[in-house]
Amino acid sequence: MKLKLKIWRQKNTQDKGNFKAYDVDDISPDMSFLEMIDVLNEQLETKGEEPVHFDHDCREGICGMCSMHINGRPHGPQQGVTTCQLHMRSFSDGDTITIEPWRAQGFPVLRDLMVDRSAFDRIIQAGGYVSVNTGGTPDANEIPIPKSIADEAFNAATCIGCGACVAACKNASASLFVSAKISQLALLPQGQVERKERAEKMIAQMDAEGFGACTNTGACSAECPKGISLSNIARMNREFLTAKASSDNA
Amino acid sequence: MLDSKVPEGPLSEKWTRHKFNVKLVNPANKRKYDVIVVGTGLAGASASATLAELGYNVKAFCFQDSPRRAHSIAAQGGINAAKNYQNDGDSIYRLFYDTIKGGDYRSREANVHRLAEVSVNIIDQCVAQGVPFAREYGGLLANRSFGGAQVSRTFYARGQTGQQLLLGAYSALSRQVANGKVQMFPRTEMLDLVTVNGEAKGIVTRNLVTGKIESHSAHAVVLATGGYGNVFFLSTNAMGSNVTAAWRAHKKGAFFANPSFTQIHPTCIPVSGDHQSKLTLMSESLRNDGRVWVPKAKDEKRKPEDIPEDERDYYLERKYPAFGNLVPRDVASRNAKYVCDEGRGVGATKLAVYLDFADAIRRDGRDTIEAKYGNLFDMYRQITGENPYETPMKIFPAVHYTMGGLWVDYNLQTTVPGLYATGESNFSDHGANRLGASALMQGLADGYFVLPYTIGDYLAGSSYEKISTDHEAFKEAENNAKAHLDRLLNINGTKTVDHYHRELGKIMWDYCGMSRTEEGLKKAKNMVKELRDEFWTNVKVIGTADELNLSLEKANRVSDFLELGELMIDDALMRNESCGGHFREEYQTPEGEALRDDENFAFVGAWEYQGPNNPEKLNKEELKFENVKLTQRSYK
Amino acid sequence: MNWFVATFSSTIGRKVMMSITGLFLIIFLVGHVSGNFLLFKNDGGQAFNEYALFMTTNPIVKILSIITYVAILGHVAVSIILQIHNRKARPVNYAVANPSANSPWNSRNMGILGTFILIFIVIHMQNFWYQMQFGEMPMVNYGDGVEYKNLYLIVAEAFSVWWYVAIYVFSMIMLGIHLSHGFQSAFQTLGINHKKYTPFIKKLGLAFSILVPAAFASIPIYMFFL
Repeated sequence: MKLKLKIWRQKNTQDKGNFKAYDVDDISPDMSFLEMIDVLNEQLETKGEEPVHFDHDCREGICGMCSMHINGRPHGPQQGVTTCQLHMRSFSDGDTITIEPWRAQGFPVLRDLMVDRSAFDRIIQAGGYVSVNTGGTPDANEIPIPKSIADEAFNAATCIGCGACVAACKNASASLFVSAKISQLALLPQGQVERKERAEKMIAQMDAEGFGACTNTGACSAECPKGISLSNIARMNREFLTAKASSDNA
Repeated sequence: MLDSKVPEGPLSEKWTRHKFNVKLVNPANKRKYDVIVVGTGLAGASASATLAELGYNVKAFCFQDSPRRAHSIAAQGGINAAKNYQNDGDSIYRLFYDTIKGGDYRSREANVHRLAEVSVNIIDQCVAQGVPFAREYGGLLANRSFGGAQVSRTFYARGQTGQQLLLGAYSALSRQVANGKVQMFPRTEMLDLVTVNGEAKGIVTRNLVTGKIESHSAHAVVLATGGYGNVFFLSTNAMGSNVTAAWRAHKKGAFFANPSFTQIHPTCIPVSGDHQSKLTLMSESLRNDGRVWVPKAKDEKRKPEDIPEDERDYYLERKYPAFGNLVPRDVASRNAKYVCDEGRGVGATKLAVYLDFADAIRRDGRDTIEAKYGNLFDMYRQITGENPYETPMKIFPAVHYTMGGLWVDYNLQTTVPGLYATGESNFSDHGANRLGASALMQGLADGYFVLPYTIGDYLAGSSYEKISTDHEAFKEAENNAKAHLDRLLNINGTKTVDHYHRELGKIMWDYCGMSRTEEGLKKAKNMVKELRDEFWTNVKVIGTADELNLSLEKANRVSDFLELGELMIDDALMRNESCGGHFREEYQTPEGEALRDDENFAFVGAWEYQGPNNPEKLNKEELKFENVKLTQRSYK
Repeated sequence: MNWFVATFSSTIGRKVMMSITGLFLIIFLVGHVSGNFLLFKNDGGQAFNEYALFMTTNPIVKILSIITYVAILGHVAVSIILQIHNRKARPVNYAVANPSANSPWNSRNMGILGTFILIFIVIHMQNFWYQMQFGEMPMVNYGDGVEYKNLYLIVAEAFSVWWYVAIYVFSMIMLGIHLSHGFQSAFQTLGINHKKYTPFIKKLGLAFSILVPAAFASIPIYMFFL
């Protein structure tokens, strides 16, 4: 396969950045999208040019590090996969592919296609945990949890923190990410003690990071590589309103 | 002979006694000590969180953009614990025994028993954190079985157990970051260990965004930096997984133990071409329901569905009727190699075997199989373009885990006082072969329940005073680190870093992979040396040191792999026996199983750095087996 | 900050204001359209004019109408605040975007749809409400000793102009599209999402967004052909 690539190049956060066009050929349909970029980078490096910088690590769709906006969609044309799991068989010979970084106030560009997603860490630090110290916990089977609840909590917990939800949302809202963690812990008995405080603090942090509001377009869930459901956002809103109405935090 | 500092007393009481005997740091004094933790996977995140909870000041480092991305996240199948919830005869002793036997009697009894003891606490801890393990309809925890065991003791969260456990540890870590007890340094890579008077007193790091070289001083340093499987270029490790932190510590005096003990995982998606950048594992749990087979005839051209039952060879079930498809990983991998060597491999490259779910789908229905393995099947389909519900998966072994690592004593302390190694970065618990679902167990055991006790023993005896980062040892380490990077940038040769990495990987895979010979290893040693020399004269690294520079990061890591590779070969050459993942063709039973030499090789080989280009010195830790009888492993 | 203020200054709090005002306006539409049906009564507008007098004089209706104005203004004001916030959340836009692959058009364009509706409301109020309150109205007497303002006549005159009817019909289509997202979205924002009820809410929303605007639009069309 021969492809034309239009890739966003930006030296660092301060740099203005612009698109550059590249041609690659001999691309096998069995390659992953990132392997295709590897081929380009080897070409560039051999010529003495700066390779395209992009985030990637596990290359099996679970670490959440890869983050490319490909032809107008986060993680490219396929639903339910990360960029690293996208394969070139999803493209055709002669295609032009435009690759951009995630665009959001909360995700400043570091270089080329790499963005800073530490805002997500700070949101988790605001309350995305159960405050138990190591040791002294009750036996794991002491509290039975209905399978359906455990499964639903798991479905929310599969979030990989890649930020595709923010990238896809026209408002750059982080609601799906935040709601996934709030949901997981609101569903499980272990999360009950800090339930209200967690919702209040995490949402306050989400707003402080400059993410937009949810307008229920559903783009986040449609682009989420783990298919996290919109019902989590409804649950987050419920948790938030309940907490605001009844928490001790006056 | 190395002193493992294993406490006296009966096996099952050693840890309890030791916990009583170690020195404690008074709660008010803990805040006077700083601890550096490098790596935020299961071992690092759990250790950072727990140390901070105890009151120590922790500085945690990871090269990824967030601690949540560490490669523990990719572990699929599960975590072992001797809970015996299934009432099928499990016990701490059985988990201990299975692990010792699975490791082909090359691990330390006391460590393994301690691991089995604390395994039960790990599950309690994780559930309390809100880890959504799989459950039965009655609301209690579910278990599945894994290779090398005849009981169901593996706890799991669909095919994403590592992810859920890591996010649990990450949440505990995040809580301590919010409390101000952990200072987190993401996108920061350790470049050197700083020792003062022979004790670990800090590290030198590079900020991967700005390129700034920085020094961090502390009272103790913990390495939780994972394994070095990427020395093979192609492995199931993440692209960034590297040996640099461990290797630089090795050069500062930490012995490297059993470097050649590499685990080749039997169920990975086969290589599809030269472009391949990494390999993807398909969880071993698939072998619970999938049946491994190849055609009986060589050069079979038919589609797998068209090959009748009596022309298929379910070779694992045939050779190992007791364990069948659930033999340990080394055995399964080696047998896949044998059938492919015989010319009975399948797929375009003939380097694959079938993993067939047709029977399981017929027996349990597609929905049941989908509920158990849905995400794995999806991943397989995504990568290969084939639908495993309709046609058998093709799998082949791939480098997955390294049992070797920094040598540690019972306290997880390396040979450098004040330097600890946990998780995959140490060598301790898996001997020559790790059982499935035991890596997660070990990482969390070390981080939550072992290191927080044992590090206090060291800190209690050290002064509160902290070495200034202006100390000449820090300055020297900083300068060395800078010089190393500058040297890489100034070569300005013609070949990319990836080129050399790929070449190194090929040598290692061909000669120091699934099976090894004296002749091949000797040849490989020279090849690695030559490649290293060429690397240092002809590699091309783009850009500068004071910016975000992925080429430089890679070059820096590969420069260490090129040194480690040679040590792995030395270790494999030294060990004139076969055990677990280390298979020397000269030493095998008539049936082709690994043939140990307990008389001469029941020891840990710990290598001591002797300066650049000098052969490393071998130190031995004798392995004493007081509780289990050494036998030829049999899974028949 | 006071907890109450904090709640409604958060992104979720603001969205809750959007959904509460929106749901109130949905109820208002039901009331409005039922009154309008009196125009179909073949009595020369008597029933409609009596209804119009009641609506402009009854104190409870007065209070309700003030709430309606507040709801409309609130809905608009909060949407502007949110829009500014959301724009700030993405300072640099994508060069290539393909949002139709992941979300329906109406959900992404509520602001444009809402603007059309707002313009319509201004025209509509100017024509009928302003006339009724402050304009010179023709009067009519039905023999009960009460002088009625003949709003019916004004309406009939207005809807005899084709482009006027066209504006109304177009606006009702805009309203329908707005509602087809807004109805179910309001419930989602309030956290009302359950696998038992959400499918029903979604269907109800769809039916509402077709039937109610269609009912509104049928009046100018009917009057035009009368």
